[in-house]
Amino acid sequence: MISHLVILLTDALIFLLLLLSIVFGIYASRRAHLRRPWGLVVRSRVGVGSMVVLAFYLVVGLLDSIHFHPLSQPADGAAEQTRSTEVISLFDSMVSGLRTRQEKTYSAPLATHLYAKESIELADGSTIRDFPRLQHAGVHLPDPAQKTADILKLSAIGILKGIAVSVVAVNTLIMLLAVKARSNFGEQARRVLLATGSEIPWRVVLVVLSSMLVLIFWSAELAANYHLLGTDKVGEDVFYQALKSIRTGLVIGTLTTLVMLPAAVMLGIMAGYFRGWVDDLIQYIYTTLNSIPGVLLIAAAILMLQIYMSNHAEEFNSLVERADLRLLFLCIILGVTSWTGLCRLLRGESMKLREVDYVQAATAFGVSHLQIIGRHILPNVLHIVLIAVVLDFSGLVLAEAVLSYVNIGVDPTMNSWGNMINSARLEMAREPIVWWSLAAAMIFMFTLVLSANLFSDVVRDAFDPRLRSSR
Amino acid sequence: MDETLLKIKNLKTRLGDADSPVYAVDGVDIEVHRGEVFALLGESGCGKSMTALSAMRLLPPSGCIIEGEAFLEQTNLFALPEREMRSVRGGRVGMIFQEPMTSLNAVLTIGEQIGEAVRLHDGGNPVGVAHRVVELLRAVGIPDPERRAREYPHQLSGGMKQRVMIAIALAGRPRLLIADEPTTALDVTIQAQVLSLLKELQHSTGMAVLLITHDLGVVSEVADRVAVMYAGQIIELAETRSFFRQPAHPYSRKLFNSLPSLGSRDRELAVIEGSVPRLNQRFTRCRFLERCSQAQDICSQQAPEWSETKAGSGVRCHLFDSLPGPQQPSGTAVSARRNVQFAGTGRLLEVAGLKVHFPIHVGVFKRVIGQVKAVDDLSLTIAQGRTLALVGESGCGKTTAGKGILQLIRPTAGSVRFDGAELTGLSTGKLRSRRADMQIIFQDPVASMNPRMLVGDIILEGMQAQNIGENRSQRQARVIDLLGQVGLPADAAERYPNEFSGGQRQRICIARALAVDPRFIVCDEPTSALDVSVQAQILNLLKDLQQQRGLSYLFITHNISVVAYLAHEVAVMYLGRIVERGSVEEVLQSPRHPYTQALLSAVPEIDPARQRSVIRLEGDMPSPSNPPQGCHFHPRCSQATEHCRSAYPNPVRLSQTRSVSCFAVNPDRFS
Repeated sequence: MISHLVILLTDALIFLLLLLSIVFGIYASRRAHLRRPWGLVVRSRVGVGSMVVLAFYLVVGLLDSIHFHPLSQPADGAAEQTRSTEVISLFDSMVSGLRTRQEKTYSAPLATHLYAKESIELADGSTIRDFPRLQHAGVHLPDPAQKTADILKLSAIGILKGIAVSVVAVNTLIMLLAVKARSNFGEQARRVLLATGSEIPWRVVLVVLSSMLVLIFWSAELAANYHLLGTDKVGEDVFYQALKSIRTGLVIGTLTTLVMLPAAVMLGIMAGYFRGWVDDLIQYIYTTLNSIPGVLLIAAAILMLQIYMSNHAEEFNSLVERADLRLLFLCIILGVTSWTGLCRLLRGESMKLREVDYVQAATAFGVSHLQIIGRHILPNVLHIVLIAVVLDFSGLVLAEAVLSYVNIGVDPTMNSWGNMINSARLEMAREPIVWWSLAAAMIFMFTLVLSANLFSDVVRDAFDPRLRSSR
Repeated sequence: MDETLLKIKNLKTRLGDADSPVYAVDGVDIEVHRGEVFALLGESGCGKSMTALSAMRLLPPSGCIIEGEAFLEQTNLFALPEREMRSVRGGRVGMIFQEPMTSLNAVLTIGEQIGEAVRLHDGGNPVGVAHRVVELLRAVGIPDPERRAREYPHQLSGGMKQRVMIAIALAGRPRLLIADEPTTALDVTIQAQVLSLLKELQHSTGMAVLLITHDLGVVSEVADRVAVMYAGQIIELAETRSFFRQPAHPYSRKLFNSLPSLGSRDRELAVIEGSVPRLNQRFTRCRFLERCSQAQDICSQQAPEWSETKAGSGVRCHLFDSLPGPQQPSGTAVSARRNVQFAGTGRLLEVAGLKVHFPIHVGVFKRVIGQVKAVDDLSLTIAQGRTLALVGESGCGKTTAGKGILQLIRPTAGSVRFDGAELTGLSTGKLRSRRADMQIIFQDPVASMNPRMLVGDIILEGMQAQNIGENRSQRQARVIDLLGQVGLPADAAERYPNEFSGGQRQRICIARALAVDPRFIVCDEPTSALDVSVQAQILNLLKDLQQQRGLSYLFITHNISVVAYLAHEVAVMYLGRIVERGSVEEVLQSPRHPYTQALLSAVPEIDPARQRSVIRLEGDMPSPSNPPQGCHFHPRCSQATEHCRSAYPNPVRLSQTRSVSCFAVNPDRFS
């Protein structure tokens, strides 16, 4: 099925970031001072709960980051398969039903009819104005009046499926734990379910995991036969849009950090450690950068990029590639405007550290500056970097929504929560109100940002030495 | 009503949650009588502060009182509702804490802060309050109280702030004053002022003082009775005089023997091996067992009960009546070895006219408007195998001088010659190759090691930088060897610094410095963050290493007894300059400079029978950015003349080793 892999720039960077985090994970697991705080994180109930939710987002985002040209279905009679010019992701092909089932225009969540009246030609040739039946929702029902019963039935099936899968998942997990702890299954099950004797709150993991699984199967069951969250102006499934937006949000939240980190860490430590003219120079750079309104800078950069892209349209093979470049550019420009905060924090911390006795002792040994920075300063500011990264994530996801709302965010063809809100805002004024685009974007964004914030809270508590001592 | 003011009975306090409890206070009984100074003496972490905080119900959120009673006169403190408890604190009981710098609100005037306390107890009549504020400030000996009441905390010095804290504590006319290490953060001359103030106030108002301290000198100076705490329990209670004459508990005795002094300099200090046991366990035997040299079978079988030796005093030891009288300090056997001196082979380090100035910048263009003259024209020489002690109060520039000599801070002027080679003005690269000869040991054993590195790597660092040892395995072997030399097990290399106690960490720091085979070490107050019993271990180690390796030390300290024990020569520093210099016997036994005389007289005497007259220094050390005209010391000097106000005295040479910078010293009379 995957005939020709397409690696977009952001895809490459995402997998680079994934690789880096895995390497960092291995590095951290060998260092007691890094392993211990992470131990605290996984021992916190809020921590593991939000981690499970974030994991689901991450899986969707990663699946959505493997792009390829699909093989177009052979038209009847045509002999050979041709490569389509369209680029879709692995996730698209998994939920192809959602992607392809387009309606004409708005329809409410779980509706069987369109949201607007149309002239319908009846079988006898007369026309009436009424709400037409949807082409892809509830088509299996002979009578739309049976909708409620059908939905209840589908819900029941979905929930049962979800429960079945989560029972399997729970048992597998307990089995794995039992093997690891070298105890028998019953013993391990009692420990996990009664939450005794285990430091990691597995019960919370299982509860959150099971409810997420039930939710997924329930929505899958319904989404297969209805538009779970309705359709938008051009009849696209809103549920699908919201799911696709996950990748955009994650990319903005993580790649921006990747872009800004090297500059912030390097300059911040240099300014604080060397002081003197180096410090003055770096301070002037970030003070200057900070006094330019961020939105203005972003708008200018994005508009310039747009002009470049329209002048060099031939360089882009597909719309997806164009949108992707714009997304990357947005990450870079957001990174450029947001590194100053972390840089300033690191400068202050390095200034403090360079006067600390162990740095003085290293100087007294004649250790070179580079080694002092690498061995003494960097490891001791790493917790600040980590806290800043996790805390910035949710802010950046929200920033994307705001920027897209004022049209300087991601490409309009790209699915993002900001674009969903932007396109829904005009419909807020109409009567009857179209609320579901907005609501869907809000729900997905809210869940992501809330769990990211809870997670970052736990991370900060675990890493901040001042908070640690008070417990 | 009897004599008892505060009575604490069988107090037990737990810290931390129920899963991992720390029994910080474990069955403490004390009685504080009316009008007495009762001292609670103990090393850090023994539960003395927790005892006082429990009685006042001011425990941190993680602490809780499990058992016991506390009575203030007739009031059961643990049964009072919080509302009434609040009126007890600050009312019948006043409290002062260690850190006067952080106890005052920086944005309110002194008068407002004292007034707040006065209003709570005397009501809100503004005229009355203002009157009482001035009265309190006068009572704590602050000159010109009307003006001072309108000033802010930053305009006052450390000693003044502690006086203000005492004034606030006195606002409620307390019957009892709890003073938690009231002078630990202060310099010795200021400490003398505050202690005599406490004593005066206690006489004039008749209140009782519960003094919490770790300093035997402070106890002997002011206390009437003393209770020694060890590992959450009171192990000895006695009248101060009899305690100092004849301590009963083995721990107390060892504590006395581990104090360094001039008399003990030719022998090894008695040390209390090991460290205080962790308090997260239940004890079924004597808590001091592992560190006691007189332990017998019964000590490991059951925990000793409290035994009254005579009325009002007692001891917690199985052997209290069978112990011999106060032993002679041990370690005399090594005195022969001690006397082996490294012949002072010339001058290893010569410092001449060293100046370290820090410019004060102002404005966008960093205009220099002045200089902080931290070290101003300092000259000294150290011979091989000798120790020079640099003594002075905080802020006199002694640490800066040490770093300036090592070129960790580049000096502004002057010359530092090490083994005949000039160090100032060397390029960073050239200096790097000379670093191995000179090392430094810091005051704070916590901050002087990177918490992210293994102990082995910490010690390796210097060797790598200086290319000592041919390969990694050779260096590793050397690390193990060094750890052995400082008395640590080989497996310490595989652990992180936070797994060690303060004394052990200081040993690691010493091992790190030794790794590059230095000939000269700057010791920057290496024992002042340690408890007395641990201090003795480190001092012994330093002295041993000097004997074995012929090391030279520049020993920076404010602790005169350590100087007396360890140093060969002493240089006294005041405001960036050396005011007196000489051999340790000369300076300590017959100080000539008025500042040295005042400094030495302010050191609390351990023996309460020996009366001394403290030369009180008025005021504080001036700022090094704006030193006084003429002799820097003249504003605080009782012998100052007109001449002193106009010119700085040149050093007067009194003997081969000795020189003093004072106009009042006449060389002819002594030559």
